[in-house]
Amino acid sequence: MNGSTSEYLPMLIQSVFALGFVAMVLIITHLIGPSRKSAKKLENFECGVEAKGNARLPFSVKYFLTAILFVLFDVEVIFFYPWATNFKEFGMDGLLSMALFVALFLLGFLYLRKKQAFKWE
Amino acid sequence: MLTIAFYILSALTISSALMVLFSKSPIYSVLWLVICFFSITGHYILLDAHFLAIVNLIVYAGAIMVLFLYVIMLMNLNKESEPQKPVWLKFASVITGCLLMIVLAGALKGYSELPPAAITEDFGTAKGVGKVLFTEFLMPFEVASILFITAMVGAVILAKKHVND
Repeated sequence: MNGSTSEYLPMLIQSVFALGFVAMVLIITHLIGPSRKSAKKLENFECGVEAKGNARLPFSVKYFLTAILFVLFDVEVIFFYPWATNFKEFGMDGLLSMALFVALFLLGFLYLRKKQAFKWE
Repeated sequence: MLTIAFYILSALTISSALMVLFSKSPIYSVLWLVICFFSITGHYILLDAHFLAIVNLIVYAGAIMVLFLYVIMLMNLNKESEPQKPVWLKFASVITGCLLMIVLAGALKGYSELPPAAITEDFGTAKGVGKVLFTEFLMPFEVASILFITAMVGAVILAKKHVND
């Protein structure tokens, strides 16, 4: 505990207020709004295309590939953050080690390009 | 104040983790898991691990949970194809879970007697983590990028139709 935890108090207050506002609005609309339910009204797309079949169909694995590649590069970007906050102190050494890190990622990126992982077939 | 926050967060963590298990729908399980990760982020903040807290929020509660949702959508989860576990397997999992709890409780028994570690001014912040990461742990940091390449290769091999080139 070095004192900075208390700096999160405004964030806590804000999130409590945001959640409280959402909960309050939901409860109030539920209480004061009229409730008329009919089969047509409770359809997923009330005025849209008629729903048919089952929604629980297995997805294509292609979406998963895109998602997992997104996560990998997302984590790469997170590693930039502790480097960027110390950018001046590290100087050339830090730049070179980060360049190596990014170069290895670039290698992976080129591999993905070669394997046509970004192509939607 | 912090003790109260710790108890509230712990109650939230444990109850949301239990709700992950008890939810009938896997989608609800994932949403409870998001709440669980949020409260674990709160625990990280209480432990002064600020960088880890925000990483946990962005990567786990954000990106990994999207992946979990994708995995659930990849599976065929109709009522008739739902896997039913045999009774002996349920008993076995309860027993192994209890055993794991005993082991963890035994391992953590003497923990309260340990003195708290001394922490520096910028401990746990992005700056402090960066200082350690780019000096003492530079080698594991660079090796981590090779780990990422293996993850990319694995994803391509699993999810891509093999092209002959």
